[in-house]
Amino acid sequence: MASVPVTVGRARPQGRARAFVERLRRGDNVAHLIVWLAAASIIVVTVMLVYQLYVNSALPRHKFGLSFFLGKTWDPVRGEFGALPFIYGTVVSSALALLLAVPLGVGAAIFLSELAPPRISNATTFVIELLAAVPSVIYGLLGIFISVPLLRTVVMPFLKTTLGFLPLFKGPIFGVSMLAGGFVLAFMIVPFIISVSREVLMAVPVEQREAALGVGATKWESTWHVVVPYARVGILASVFLALARALGETMAVTMVIGNDPKISASLFAPAYSIAAVIANEFTEATGDLYLQALIELGLVLFLITILINGLARLVIVATTQKGAAQG
Amino acid sequence: MSLRTRWRKVVNVIMLSLSGVCALLTVSILFFILGYLVWYGGKSLNWAFFTHLPAPVGESGGGMANAIVGSGKLLLLASLVGIPIGILGGVYLAEFGGKTFSFLVRYTTDLLNGVPSIVIGIFAYTIIVVPMKHFSALAGGLALGVMMIPIAVRTTEESLRAVPGTLREGALALGTSKWKTVATVVMPAAMRGIVTAVMLTLARVAGETAPLLFTAFGNRFWSSGWNQPIASLPVMIYTYAIAPYDDWHRQAWAAGLILLALVLLANIGARLMVSRGISFRRV
Amino acid sequence: MRLKSALISIALGAALIMAGVITLVDFPAAAPAPSPLLINAAGATFPYPIYSKWFTEYNRVHPDIQINYQAIGSGGGIRQLQTGTVDFGASDMPLNDQLLNDFKFKVLHFPTVLGAVVPAYNIQGINQELNFTPQALADIYLGKVTKWNDPAIADANPGVNLPNQDIVVVHRSDGSGTTFVWTDFLCKVNGVWDAKVGRNTSVNWPLGLGGKGNEGVAGLVKQTPGAIGYVELIYALQNQIPYGRVKNPAGIFIKADLASTTAAAAAESKTMPADFRVSITNAQGKGAYPICSFTYLLIPANIQDTTKKTVIKDFLHWMLTTGQNEVEGLSYAKLPEDVVAREMKAIAEIN
Repeated sequence: MASVPVTVGRARPQGRARAFVERLRRGDNVAHLIVWLAAASIIVVTVMLVYQLYVNSALPRHKFGLSFFLGKTWDPVRGEFGALPFIYGTVVSSALALLLAVPLGVGAAIFLSELAPPRISNATTFVIELLAAVPSVIYGLLGIFISVPLLRTVVMPFLKTTLGFLPLFKGPIFGVSMLAGGFVLAFMIVPFIISVSREVLMAVPVEQREAALGVGATKWESTWHVVVPYARVGILASVFLALARALGETMAVTMVIGNDPKISASLFAPAYSIAAVIANEFTEATGDLYLQALIELGLVLFLITILINGLARLVIVATTQKGAAQG
Repeated sequence: MSLRTRWRKVVNVIMLSLSGVCALLTVSILFFILGYLVWYGGKSLNWAFFTHLPAPVGESGGGMANAIVGSGKLLLLASLVGIPIGILGGVYLAEFGGKTFSFLVRYTTDLLNGVPSIVIGIFAYTIIVVPMKHFSALAGGLALGVMMIPIAVRTTEESLRAVPGTLREGALALGTSKWKTVATVVMPAAMRGIVTAVMLTLARVAGETAPLLFTAFGNRFWSSGWNQPIASLPVMIYTYAIAPYDDWHRQAWAAGLILLALVLLANIGARLMVSRGISFRRV
Repeated sequence: MRLKSALISIALGAALIMAGVITLVDFPAAAPAPSPLLINAAGATFPYPIYSKWFTEYNRVHPDIQINYQAIGSGGGIRQLQTGTVDFGASDMPLNDQLLNDFKFKVLHFPTVLGAVVPAYNIQGINQELNFTPQALADIYLGKVTKWNDPAIADANPGVNLPNQDIVVVHRSDGSGTTFVWTDFLCKVNGVWDAKVGRNTSVNWPLGLGGKGNEGVAGLVKQTPGAIGYVELIYALQNQIPYGRVKNPAGIFIKADLASTTAAAAAESKTMPADFRVSITNAQGKGAYPICSFTYLLIPANIQDTTKKTVIKDFLHWMLTTGQNEVEGLSYAKLPEDVVAREMKAIAEIN
């Protein structure tokens, strides 16, 4: 005798059927609870992270307050901790990386979306996206043994002889330097810029291109004056994302940037980034103030990356809404 | 043809060629990286590398056996944390989510994704190393696991969403409960995407060094259990690369090759799986 | 379809193999030998070559004991000992009274070896030993002397053709006992340095590149033309980096080696206090190298875990007897005999 009714939810005998339905619903409830817990735990972890960063940086926050961000001296001996050299190093090396990577990346994206035949474009993009997966420490390894000597023996002397009148290129040439840091970072973020920009460029409607070509523009003019502006928001978003990645990079930077907490106008001088100083000094920060100053630096870095990511998302949202409005 | 037109044509050719050069440059970088690692790292690979423990400083002949196993252990631990939370979280967002709570979860997932890895290391240090009073594989594994969550969530959610609604509706119409629908119909259909998620996250955290520096710390010997410091490939590469010993450099290259090979294989495998499209059948 | 299943089988196979290896390595419960005792230590890179040799040797003699030493710098050793994340630490810098007070428990110092800190350099065309006056070294690190052919250096090296090359100053980026020894010396010989920078494991360097550990500094010097850096003697020797002679208080340019290091310790060891904390830089004596130091193991006076306590005490005993025979092979100097005798007695203080 069938103990399970064929139809559910209709008029049915009481007792066993109701029990069955209860079990069904309970199973759903349990499952719902489990996945809800998983999702909630993500929020819990993130909140805990921010909380720990905040609580464990109490000492320097109370001692220095806002002057922490303006202090130029990092002197563990005297207990003076100023974050400016690291903020400077992080920002400038990332800006330099963008300066190098954006033209290269957008150029390559243009080629891949407009010129290359689809098979080559897809294969090349596949390869370039693999570049994004290469671990930071391997970029650092190559940086130490290949990029830095190359910079020191070829690129930097060249810059010095041609553009040495600029304060950017003054001073002795060490090899490890702000320039090396920016250089290595540029390699690391180019794949992101290329893959996102290419997608955005390919999403531009064909009609736009055809319209431009129809009025007699060359392929380049059509691309540069019509397609790219149409896609500029997506490209901008990719730049922001690449920037966020560059700001948080640790290993490759500390291996080639020279690790000197000084602010110098010259790109040839060594520098120090927030992530690099945390990596180098965390395990030996003697004294709570020192350790917490490093954690405060971590908090600063965290806030900067949130800001950049938030800006990227705002830019995307603003366009989508604008695009929808224009219809 | 007027001068202006000719000029425009010249500019056209120049700029388009330049963009080609950009693409070529980027691709050649990867091939260069791969080539150099394969050549230099391959030269340095030997049996000792895989089977020996690190030798005393300055002596040659050591290996990275403990670091290779150590990385595996850390990844295992990280997966225990990151994969369940990531996949189940993705399931929640795709199948069960309520409006505001989903928004919150998505926002924090994106936030977590953007957190620099060294900051996650600080987090693991404050909540595990400090209370336990020693460095451990557990702390390192947790740090890596937290990094895995956002990628797993996003990829799982995307692959679940890609499953056509008709499948779900069909199952529900037959009287299947919601959770059973998800577990037995939707997820197998999205299995390829989910496996991709797992592979990509593993590949991503396998190469992470910064969060391990003050959580897993390092170990010149075999590490047993979960609460002892443990060696890992990326940290060894870093330590050896900045040292002056040529033998250590050689080992760093070899380790770099192994690490890169694993990471690239996982990525290529994941992409190949996805590019074949979503299948409606079980594997 | 076939490719996909092939990939999946490969991935699964690899995962299974990995899991198998991990299980075998991790749970040798099947094997009769018990899981080895792991003792964690961290600290100075100054003695890292001899320590790593010692701990490997000790493990060979006692296979069930593993002493995992991580060379993260003296500052790191002090810090990790303070937080209790390691069982003992190592530092070239003896803890001063203030630091000792910061510790919540009593810490004993045990000198292990004597080492020398040398100025290593990388100058094109110069492979011979250069002479450095203390003033020259201080001025280089203060940024006052910026070229290799500066009179401050050239005057001490007649007949040597020094190039007109920029000096690249290299120092430590991490908390270092070697830094302490170097800055301690510079403080003693140069009032400006003493007032401006001081002595510590981590100082506010006027200029220079930062390398991590003695290895990092040696690595930077080796790869950067024009560089000068201070490293423990063995790092210069093992990597064939030329290093210079330094003028000692007796006025002689002396090279760092076993004899000159031992001579530096000889005068000071008699006046060494009971807790072994002493600075022997700028030591008196014609044959004494002026930048030498003892290096210490920092052992908590009270160790809760009785097994670990026995092992640590046994290791100290081994270190003072068998271990000392291996130090000269790595260019460290043996401890003076009277120091060894006093340390043997001091081991009893650990309980």
